[in-house]
Amino acid sequence: MYEKDGERYFVVDGHIHFWDASPQNQANEYGRGFIDCFYGYHSALSPPEYLWPLEKFRKYSEDDLLHDLFEIGYVDVGIFQPTYLKDFYVDGFNTTEQDAVLKQRHPDRFVLNGSFDPRSEQDAVDYLERLSAEHAIKGVKLYTAEWSGDSKGWSLKDPWAKRCLEKCQELGITNIHVHKGPTIWPLNRDAFDVADVDDAATSFPELNFIVEHVGLPRLEDFCWIAVQEPNVYAGMAVAMAFLQTRPRYFAQIMGELLYWLDEDRILFASDYAIWQPRWLVEQFVDFQIPEDMQSEYGRLTPDVKRKVLGLNAARLYGLDVPDEVPQPSSAAAGVGDAEYPEVPV
Amino acid sequence: MTPTRAALWDALAGVRDPELDEPITELGFVAAAEVDGDTARVRLRLPTYFCAPNFAYLMVADARAALVGVPGVRRADVGLDDHFASGQINAGVAGSRGFVATFDGLADDELDELRRTFRRKALAARRDRLLRGLLAAGAAPGRLASLRLRDLPEGVDTDVYLSRRAELGLDTAPDAPLLVDDAGRPMTGEQAETALRRGRLTRLSIEGNAATCRAVLAARYPGVGDTDRSAVGPSRA
Repeated sequence: MYEKDGERYFVVDGHIHFWDASPQNQANEYGRGFIDCFYGYHSALSPPEYLWPLEKFRKYSEDDLLHDLFEIGYVDVGIFQPTYLKDFYVDGFNTTEQDAVLKQRHPDRFVLNGSFDPRSEQDAVDYLERLSAEHAIKGVKLYTAEWSGDSKGWSLKDPWAKRCLEKCQELGITNIHVHKGPTIWPLNRDAFDVADVDDAATSFPELNFIVEHVGLPRLEDFCWIAVQEPNVYAGMAVAMAFLQTRPRYFAQIMGELLYWLDEDRILFASDYAIWQPRWLVEQFVDFQIPEDMQSEYGRLTPDVKRKVLGLNAARLYGLDVPDEVPQPSSAAAGVGDAEYPEVPV
Repeated sequence: MTPTRAALWDALAGVRDPELDEPITELGFVAAAEVDGDTARVRLRLPTYFCAPNFAYLMVADARAALVGVPGVRRADVGLDDHFASGQINAGVAGSRGFVATFDGLADDELDELRRTFRRKALAARRDRLLRGLLAAGAAPGRLASLRLRDLPEGVDTDVYLSRRAELGLDTAPDAPLLVDDAGRPMTGEQAETALRRGRLTRLSIEGNAATCRAVLAARYPGVGDTDRSAVGPSRA
């Protein structure tokens, strides 16, 4: 819970990790390169006082995570988004099974999401059954750029991906988080392209598709899909970090998301441990669209911020929100229509 | 005639990141450029170890093509450093093997379509910048579809926009409509309105991506912000 200027905010961090990228767990140079890549983003876009040494960044403790999220980070519930990377790390980078240990110790603090890799075909479908039976998961995190043997990625249009999504629907795993990366098959295509999300969202209207880091670096394609598919959501991981280094850019992203989607389909996320929720929450609540942009983008009200910070994710995951947090009911509740011009140019 | 480093640098300045639409020299992607007799030796670097291999390949291949066009250069040795596919890309480009052969079994076509897609995005972003300027100067939003290229103000932004348009085979005559679709057909008023909204989004995406790439590159190679002609050029020899 976060409180500022008399306003209370229920905070759901929609994208957190508990990874092990220590040298002992790195299976090869790709494992080293992957965590170095994350560290580059951490170093480039964090306030200096939140910078970690590389060694800690590679492997942090359960205590670090609990402290950074719940003791000082204002987070009420964190959603684990696993990233397996078993080709890069001996025991995987961050698997559902690793996250489940923390979930078991702190059941009210975490949402445990699973994953599937359609290239495992029937095994992937069976794995979903097992995750559902053992952990009652309500969501999966998919990383289409994941390497597997000779394969450098997959698409949501693949036949076995559809089989897996059918299984998700059957099991009540309704929240599908999609994360794009730099590779895909075939490699000559744009790996960051989110067109396959469009296809899946049309085929599975009962599932919610949360596109992580708002489709960046393909924000334009993401928004174009989201405006047409009401079950497509914006995951704010990575985009949040611009609050610190490029606030005007952050304002534009928020403004565009509110225009193309709406305030009910934007989900706060830190991508911990790349960034820490404490400064993101503080800066987001303090943030306002700069005055010279308000004629185009409007203003962010406390209700809009409340939805983004926690209420939207709480709705998708059926989380209990404390009574002291106001719950605006509809998309228009927090914002007067006049604040958002119909077609700002 | 022995080429100069400055000549290599000028040639490299004509090579763009296909996604960011900016010269690799300005992005800090050129780590070193040296003349060795009639050979140009250039090292490139990118913001991350996992930058998309297709764009990386294009930049290495384009750099090599640009360098062999420099008078006095008979061979160009271009290498990408610190990337998961450095070995493959460097060997593939050096041997003029093409993308499909370089990534045997992992690609089903060369990169022409990818390049074209991103040239279109870049054009939309550049057009947006010009349109915002026209609107700020008093152009009526409802009349954008009637604008012609001759309505654009003189300046670098317009020149670059026109050259990008020409690359895509689109009409650059002064009478040509400013707002045309991918096939060069004039847009209707309604299409223009959508294009305006989407163009801004595309520009936001590209500009934000470029800023992130710069920041991550600087985190990876401290001091990279100092990279300019003087740092890479003759003065450091």
